[in-house]
Amino acid sequence: MDILEVKNIRKKFDRTEVLKDISFTMQEGQAVSIIGSSGSGKTTLLRCLNFLEMPDEGVIRVKDETLFDSAAPGSRSEAEIRKKRLHFGLVFQSFNLFPQYTAIENVMLAPQMMNEEGHRRDSGEVRRHAQELLEKMGLQNRMDNYPHQLSGGQQQRVAIARALALQPDILCFDEPTSALDPELTGEVLRVIRELAEQKTTMIIVTHEMSFARDVADHVIFMDGGVIAEQGTPQEVFDHPREERTRQFLSRF
Amino acid sequence: MFLDVTLTLLGGFLGTIKLFILTLVFALPLGLLISFGSMKHFAPLRYPVKFIIWIIRGTPLMLQLLIIYYGPGIILHQNIWGSGDGGRFIAALVAFVINYACYFSEIYRGGIQSIPIGQYEAGQVLGLTKGQIFRKVILLQVIKRIVPPISNEIITLVKDTSLARVIAVYEIIWEGQSFIKSAGIIWPLFYTGLFYLVFSGLLTLLFGYIERRLSYFR
Repeated sequence: MDILEVKNIRKKFDRTEVLKDISFTMQEGQAVSIIGSSGSGKTTLLRCLNFLEMPDEGVIRVKDETLFDSAAPGSRSEAEIRKKRLHFGLVFQSFNLFPQYTAIENVMLAPQMMNEEGHRRDSGEVRRHAQELLEKMGLQNRMDNYPHQLSGGQQQRVAIARALALQPDILCFDEPTSALDPELTGEVLRVIRELAEQKTTMIIVTHEMSFARDVADHVIFMDGGVIAEQGTPQEVFDHPREERTRQFLSRF
Repeated sequence: MFLDVTLTLLGGFLGTIKLFILTLVFALPLGLLISFGSMKHFAPLRYPVKFIIWIIRGTPLMLQLLIIYYGPGIILHQNIWGSGDGGRFIAALVAFVINYACYFSEIYRGGIQSIPIGQYEAGQVLGLTKGQIFRKVILLQVIKRIVPPISNEIITLVKDTSLARVIAVYEIIWEGQSFIKSAGIIWPLFYTGLFYLVFSGLLTLLFGYIERRLSYFR
């Protein structure tokens, strides 16, 4: 069963069409890499999935639940959108940790807020889960540090734990290593690779070609707002059918 | 004589402090409301608010005091402020609150708009409500950023309260000056300066403490 179905998504900013008819599907446990040059629409696509942008047209379905359908616009109240967002997690390029909270407080904040709204989970359990996630990220000694006391790679790993804390169906990464010094990208990529090995369903927008190739089950190459080519890593990287894919890959 | 002067000045200083504290009590929250108004996308609300801020920040507080106190009586032919010292004090308080709320609102606006959009978006993708994002994520970061400019403004307010004398609100300088006429001595005026120095010194210590308390994050 497809865990995610994206159909005919279009998005315009003013007059510029950033996404022109994007369609793809993915299965549970898959890791999908999205590659392509800057301005090809990769980030906008992720932002549409997380409802940070509203698509102009198209359909987004998760586990057969229609989250967005431009043909049948339902309620777009804040509460509705919040509920839909929870199917997705998003790890930002610039981490966006909350500076006034320690690593573990960053991870615990959203689950605690859910609790306040009556989805009772006992606070000890929220803490245990947060500790577990940070340990998984290799940050057992950093839990009580504030973001400014952490390196970029450590901050990004906290951000990944924070996104995992709500157990999203699909975890999205928006160029997770682009803001990092080269020597720090390894630790973040290693963590993402481990998540892939544990069959976490993920969409990864990245400029790290060798990583995209290793970690992904499926690769999408975007160019000028369309999906120019997609397939297995072998298909896209070793035997690209499209001329523009070849041109793009030749730069790496 | 010294005791006599001290007691008189203390009396005047009480008026100064009363005006100072009540101005803060009303202007700090009112400023937040005004800042929300000035940040609204809805232009018919935003532009009038920005216009008012422009008028208030663009004219002298002393002029505002005179207009607010005398204006209603002369234009509407009735004194809405009530008679005597109490009425004048209320008129002065209203002028100070409006004036300082406008200044505070611009400081709040600067603080709120300086928070990176990524902080809001991180809250959104974690499923937080707008209210939760403001209270749990944005607010403390804004407070940290506005403490230095707000403390500046508050220390200015301590001294600005002396302007209330233009509508004959008794405050400490008024009392200090009275000794020039009654006793022909100038030192009580220097003495009033000491009151201001001590009070603004205490405020400086307080704001330094708050800044240190918020220095645990960046």
